[in-house]
Amino acid sequence: MRRVAIVGVGHSKFGDRQDVNLRELAFEAVKPALEDAGVSPREISYVAVGTVGSWYEELFPAVPVAEYCGLSGASLVRVEAACASGGAAVHAAYMAVASGLTDVALVVGIEKMREVDTPLMVEFLGRGGSYLWEFENFGMTFPGYYALFATAYMNRYGATEEDLALVSVKAHKYAAINPLAHLQKEISIEQALNSIVVSWPLKLYDCSPISDGSAALVLASEEKVKELRADTPIWIAGIGSSSSTANLSYREDLLGIESAIKASQRAYKMAGLGPDRIDVASVHDCFTIAELLAYEDLGFCRRGEGYKMIREGETEIGGRIPVNIDGGLKAKGHPIGATGVAMVAEQTKQLREEVKPTARQAPLKNYTALTHNVGGTGHYCYVTILKR
Amino acid sequence: MSKHPVIKSRKVEISFDIPISKTLPFWDGLRQGKILTTKCRKCGKLYFPPVADCGECLSSDVDWVELSGEGKLVAYTQIAVKPLSFQNEQPYIVAIAELKEGVKALAWLTGVEPKDVKIGMRLKIVPKTFPDGRVAFVFERLPDGGPGGI
Repeated sequence: MRRVAIVGVGHSKFGDRQDVNLRELAFEAVKPALEDAGVSPREISYVAVGTVGSWYEELFPAVPVAEYCGLSGASLVRVEAACASGGAAVHAAYMAVASGLTDVALVVGIEKMREVDTPLMVEFLGRGGSYLWEFENFGMTFPGYYALFATAYMNRYGATEEDLALVSVKAHKYAAINPLAHLQKEISIEQALNSIVVSWPLKLYDCSPISDGSAALVLASEEKVKELRADTPIWIAGIGSSSSTANLSYREDLLGIESAIKASQRAYKMAGLGPDRIDVASVHDCFTIAELLAYEDLGFCRRGEGYKMIREGETEIGGRIPVNIDGGLKAKGHPIGATGVAMVAEQTKQLREEVKPTARQAPLKNYTALTHNVGGTGHYCYVTILKR
Repeated sequence: MSKHPVIKSRKVEISFDIPISKTLPFWDGLRQGKILTTKCRKCGKLYFPPVADCGECLSSDVDWVELSGEGKLVAYTQIAVKPLSFQNEQPYIVAIAELKEGVKALAWLTGVEPKDVKIGMRLKIVPKTFPDGRVAFVFERLPDGGPGGI
């Protein structure tokens, strides 16, 4: 396997982006990624487009995206792994370059979620859990699924609704200073606790918004990195993925996400390091409870202690390990196919020490970052460890 | 819906015909008031929901067995923001319970006020025919300390 580096990143503004269509939204991320890498579309031989789709008009979306960005002719695939589609697309492009099949690959993550209204989007997502056994008769929703994790976790460990609210307050604090974020505003703990109940105990401010957005990465082999004279290549030191059952009722317990535990163990093993070496991380906080589970699944703390990390500010800038200091899915937004790619784009910027404004730059000691992208209720998980 | 200029796409209405031939005893069982499921004859794994093929040992030789339906609650929520096709429902409680036989099930919990739902409470799965003709199953509360506790 060859070493693979990220040499270009692009990230659109997230939010209600009904000012652009799918193609135009992709262009907003692809162009800066290619320019950052110093390559033209014709030099890209492999393209992976991470998107879930079916709620916007194009049904073979990788094709119009590639056409619009001048990439037609490249080896092209649409990658779907629910909300981990972006992470899965990074994984596919990594394998294409690491294997020697291609020297320069482009990853695009994109989602257009605002072309339908909220009840229909809740329907589409809810159907994704396990249609026949959990949706047809019981109308499960994604807030509903994570609420099941939340009640089991709170009952077992004594975490509270206030602990969940603290995750949201942290996310909004950083989103407020991230110009790419969907919800650029600070909120108070009272606002979070008093927001409408979506699926008890999860309230509006425990849930990521329905967002449009795109992100893109250029991946290159070591030889190509030299040829391109990339200033600060960020290396993919570890990449791990795993999966779990469709039916939530088949899971061993609801106190963690098995696929995330396995994916992170695989990534740590490949990178030859442990969680104590991670300087900064993006974790999949689709709901506030998911961030607490992620701390534990990734080994940032012991089982049952995730809520103590948020209480003690350990995951803020200045804390032991800053997490989601771009606003996370919760406040930067969660265009589901874009999310996993956007996480890697953010951590590449962190490791290059290029984050603007600098108030959002994490202090680096080991120059090592981690991304954790979960699909569905833990149906999929993709973990990537990056090193400068 | 949008503050930006848009073109409304053409409309379609979609409904899928989901095959149930291989799990028909389950759906027929509900109509007879029973919760039936499958157990692999080769490796002994018990499934709920039922399956025609065993993912554990890849055998397709399964037995249909009846579950007691009794169990205890392990997680719950009340869904207030509902999907489009559930808009006419009142907010509903969804629970996961672990049954006496060791398998778990997910279903609505009915006949209980949200404030009275407690993790660990004893439940029973009961077949139910809904007003629209759908045949499914729900959890109902079992009196504490009665028979069948786990």
